[in-house]
Amino acid sequence: MTVVVTGLGVVAPTGADVEEYWANTLRGVSGIRPISRFDASTYQLRLAGEVVGFTATDHMSSRLTVQTDRWTHFGMVAAEEALKDAAALPLADTGISDYELAVVTASSSAGNEFGQGELGSLWSRGPQHVTTFQSIAWFYAATTGQISIRHGMRGPCGVLVSEQAGGLDAVGHARRVLRAGARLVVAGGGEAPLSPYAVVCQQANGLLSTGADPATGYLPFAADASGYVPGEGAGMAILEDEESARSRGVSRVYGRIAGYAATFDPRPDSGRGPTLGRAARLALADAGVDVTEVDAVFADAGGTPELDAAESAALRELFGPRGVPVTAPKVTTGRLYAGGGALDLVTALLAIRDQVIPPTPRVHPAAEHGLDLVGEQPRPARLRTVLVLARGFGGFNSAVVVTAP
Amino acid sequence: MLTLDDLREIMTTCGVEDGVDLYADITDVPMEDLGYDSLARLQIAALIKDRTAVAIADDKVLELETPRELLDFVNAPVGVA
Repeated sequence: MTVVVTGLGVVAPTGADVEEYWANTLRGVSGIRPISRFDASTYQLRLAGEVVGFTATDHMSSRLTVQTDRWTHFGMVAAEEALKDAAALPLADTGISDYELAVVTASSSAGNEFGQGELGSLWSRGPQHVTTFQSIAWFYAATTGQISIRHGMRGPCGVLVSEQAGGLDAVGHARRVLRAGARLVVAGGGEAPLSPYAVVCQQANGLLSTGADPATGYLPFAADASGYVPGEGAGMAILEDEESARSRGVSRVYGRIAGYAATFDPRPDSGRGPTLGRAARLALADAGVDVTEVDAVFADAGGTPELDAAESAALRELFGPRGVPVTAPKVTTGRLYAGGGALDLVTALLAIRDQVIPPTPRVHPAAEHGLDLVGEQPRPARLRTVLVLARGFGGFNSAVVVTAP
Repeated sequence: MLTLDDLREIMTTCGVEDGVDLYADITDVPMEDLGYDSLARLQIAALIKDRTAVAIADDKVLELETPRELLDFVNAPVGVA
């Protein structure tokens, strides 16, 4: 079976939809700014990739918005854009059975902000003021469930929880679901990790940038890399079996999901190293692609010296020093956790569509990384095969190989 | 005493479905048709209790299908309901 991507959807700090996001990505516009959603002056984290000007009720009824988290709003909006882009709405007109329509998303921290509001009600006003909606709003599968309900997609739905690797793991699982008989899957991920409670949780990992200057807050692979900046938003893709897509009249395909693999790192005290490179190698083997065929890599770009060294070492081992163009457009959005890998995948497919590698603005990589980093300007290139990498906190590594249609 | 307008306010805090006008004549329109599923109706009951001190059991609230039935139950003299 050949799995193809027929539609894309995005809500990002740099764009309210796919085309606005992509135009800003190519121009190197950054969405990283001082946190404005709450007073962050007493927090270690000062910067974030915020989605500004997003009003959920522009996209759905207040009946739905009051019982769902911001993260679910992002996911629903991106999913709807992707379904429209795939010419799949209304789904009833596709001729596909409800039970062959699936939703597989990733979430790293679910409905933080909603939960914080309910905890506030609990402690300030008492248990009778916790709403019934808490039961469905906070949990990891809420976005998958709401997309499923909204569009009547009753096939095998699920949610993956593996921090920043999740967006790629959702794509890997969506491929399994298609192989098991589903015909169309909404796959991707999102995150809304910028409420005070969510930020406090993230600060504990010790990997966040504490800088206050948006221009230098997140500089992966730079000599002075000092952590990452989180961002919010969602990326969604419509995955279909190619034959099934053609049979319902789809003519525009962004690319193929040619390979996927995931690994989990050994304990840090085991003496064995991290396994991102092995995930990449397994994904290439799964795709039947030789390393020499890879035209570009979308890096995970962890942003700490240790994470960057591990990733550049894996890339040097696979491709040789400066052996492949590498990009990290996420420096303009921040790391979207479960949305991050998904957004990178969407971006890689747009790069293939337009035959251009998006830039990594303001980053000057340290020489010892041996990276051919696509810097300030987008780089036109013949793109047939692109490798997308993602790592999740705690040892998750995932890789997806996308190829031109 | 809970009036229809009180109930409308409570329903509004639970969100309003697209295409529904709570200020139309909704007295006998089923709650489901107004966009309120079982979970939303439990929340409406919680807000009614907060405002009137009248508790509606979870299974009872799902039997009260329209605004009129809800209001009649809440406003019934004590001991009659």
